[in-house]
Amino acid sequence: MKHFVLTLLLLASPVLADSRMGAAPLANVQLTDVRQEQQAKALMETIRCLVCQGQSIADSDAEMAGDMRSLIRERIQKGERPEAIRTWLIQRYGDWVTYEPPLSVTTIFLWGLPVLLLMMGGGLAMGRIRRTSKR
Amino acid sequence: MRKVLLWLPLALFGLLLGVMGHGILHPEQTTIPSKLVGTKVPQFELPAAVPSHPALTSRDLASGKPVLLNIFASWCLPCIAEAPVLEELKAKGVTIHAIAIRDKPEDVARFLTEHGDPYANIGSDVSSRVQISFGSSGVPESFVINGKGIIRHQHIGDIQAQDIPKILKALEEAR
Repeated sequence: MKHFVLTLLLLASPVLADSRMGAAPLANVQLTDVRQEQQAKALMETIRCLVCQGQSIADSDAEMAGDMRSLIRERIQKGERPEAIRTWLIQRYGDWVTYEPPLSVTTIFLWGLPVLLLMMGGGLAMGRIRRTSKR
Repeated sequence: MRKVLLWLPLALFGLLLGVMGHGILHPEQTTIPSKLVGTKVPQFELPAAVPSHPALTSRDLASGKPVLLNIFASWCLPCIAEAPVLEELKAKGVTIHAIAIRDKPEDVARFLTEHGDPYANIGSDVSSRVQISFGSSGVPESFVINGKGIIRHQHIGDIQAQDIPKILKALEEAR
């Protein structure tokens, strides 16, 4: 019975997972101001889709991603700064929603590691070069 | 010492594989809780989703007594499963307001006749605007809101029969 219901769900959900509404006004329509559209696009590419986690809202076809794109374009059109919109989204969904994690105690390792590795590699290389040139 | 150093890269590689394997076997949690729990509900004014029910504004969520805000849609399958449970909560005296996401009036009306109508006010959010401002990431989702309009609890997914005591407790604590 459980399997039967699961099979039914699998068959049914792709059909019913979407609403009967069309896309939000600015979900797939570019802004006429090129500079504003560039700002919006750059922001969308670094905002994570909530439904299809692992994609940015710029890449996702999910309805909610479309609604978020429209929201971002509308607010940028009104003159809001992209980073203010990012902050607004982080206030609601946490750092999870952004692909540009802000510097914090938990992400210090993430930001610091490349520098640390570069320094280690540099040190290693310097030691080698010194040793070979002495010979 | 030299021998240990020689094996270090392999050991590090093994560690990396371990981390990746763990990530594959235990995927990241998929529910994103709203960060607004504990803060005031965002300001909004939504038009009525159906003629039979009044519209919903943020003022209705700060009415002096705790309410349950249910975010649902007529096109959402788990919402159908949730409907009878919400009716049970209503029967226990809970005021349930709703926001219908990306829905047409006729579809909402059909949903209410077919699956039950536990709602007081129903606002229509055609572009998920208010849903996003709540930090909600899907349907169905519910928020317990106290009399002053502070969000006290978020329930992600459909409220099932076994969740009733938890929801009632959250409403009691919001008093």
